[in-house]
Amino acid sequence: MSHAHKKDEILSHDLPATPLDPKTQAIRDAKIQVAMIGFCGCWGCTLSFLDMDEGLLELLEKVNITRSSMTDTKRIPGRMALGFIEGGIANSENIEVLEEYRENCDVLISVGACAVWGGVPAMRNVVPLEECFREAYIDSPTAVPSAKKVIPFHEDLPIITTTVKPLHEVVKIDYFIPGCPPDGGAILKVLDDLVNGRGFDLPSSMNRYD
Amino acid sequence: MSIKVTIDGKEVSARDGDNIIDVAAENGVYIPSLCYVKGKPCLGTCRTCSVKVNGNVMAACTIPVAEGMEIEVNEPEVTDMRKALVELLFSEGNHNCPSCEKSGRCELQATGYEVDMMVSRFPYRFTPRVVDHSSKTIFLQRDRCIFCQRCVDMIRDEKTGEKIFSIKGRGTHARIEIDTDLANEMSPQQVREASDLCPVGCIIDSTQGYDDPIGKRKFEVKTIRDRALERTHR
Repeated sequence: MSHAHKKDEILSHDLPATPLDPKTQAIRDAKIQVAMIGFCGCWGCTLSFLDMDEGLLELLEKVNITRSSMTDTKRIPGRMALGFIEGGIANSENIEVLEEYRENCDVLISVGACAVWGGVPAMRNVVPLEECFREAYIDSPTAVPSAKKVIPFHEDLPIITTTVKPLHEVVKIDYFIPGCPPDGGAILKVLDDLVNGRGFDLPSSMNRYD
Repeated sequence: MSIKVTIDGKEVSARDGDNIIDVAAENGVYIPSLCYVKGKPCLGTCRTCSVKVNGNVMAACTIPVAEGMEIEVNEPEVTDMRKALVELLFSEGNHNCPSCEKSGRCELQATGYEVDMMVSRFPYRFTPRVVDHSSKTIFLQRDRCIFCQRCVDMIRDEKTGEKIFSIKGRGTHARIEIDTDLANEMSPQQVREASDLCPVGCIIDSTQGYDDPIGKRKFEVKTIRDRALERTHR
């Protein structure tokens, strides 16, 4: 799959949009730019991000969240200081988007078990891919009996990787926040340190793998 | 007999013959370990307790202290070696903490926190390992075995003294085995003892599940460091 698209296709982010009023835009532009994304996972880490509660308000004074599942912006609009990524790498589109994040973000943070080592989706790594497909689409106990049994394959569908990979096995990752999901407090500690120019420091008392 | 050794440059007195882990703990210095059990013969299998002794890297549980010994625990190079050893264990087996019954009371997990592991520097291998549910009393979750051999040496049939657990094969073919007949004869107390002795979630008591809520689990109530120091530091 590629972001290059056919000439007759119009994608949502190419449609004309009303610009923000210059004052609001200027305030946003002056902040630290952050892009977020979830790959193969459950978006639980993004929910934990929201779990920062009132800490989030203070953080938003300093950062502007551009592309993310919450803003529904489909493209990274420019150079980002931080990339906040959850989920493991499970298909060709994940790889392509992760590389785009690496190219456009100064610092990338791997957030949660799936991003850090593969997590729950990586439980399929000990089973051959063909067997996984067979179980999901051919021998599935929940398959509709009358439906034709077929393993989906089309040029518009991303190709599933043989195994689920942690992010750092695809691109360089700067920092890791383990946890399934990490606590809002742990995420706040890391982001607050980074946006205030302190280094990464997640103490063992806040570190969790589950 | 009392002798003098130095730990991280500080002179302390110790009983001749005690091992380095115990002497360090008595003096408030924590050395992580996954196979050593205080009061039992040392196994020396996990190497997680590696420290520098007179400049050489050695497993602290295997070395009795001697007069004038210079022990370095929190020296950067050997500290990173211990961390690397823990990371190796995490990438060798399949340690899926989010789905493990032992999470929160797992010594490997707790030790990962103590050595500040965020991620393993080694590639995660995802080796397929077959689960053994043949015994009525114990589920053997081989994914999580770190080959410490605590169960092999310390859990034996109460009547005959025969080993219940063993390691079959060598190198990457090695796997933990359970004698199903002997395991079915184990008393509930002995099953719990085996399950508690296992530093990971490999030996699972079939009657025990996710019993304690998050926040109230063993190493959340008190860290493995505090427990190790408390056991000797009285």
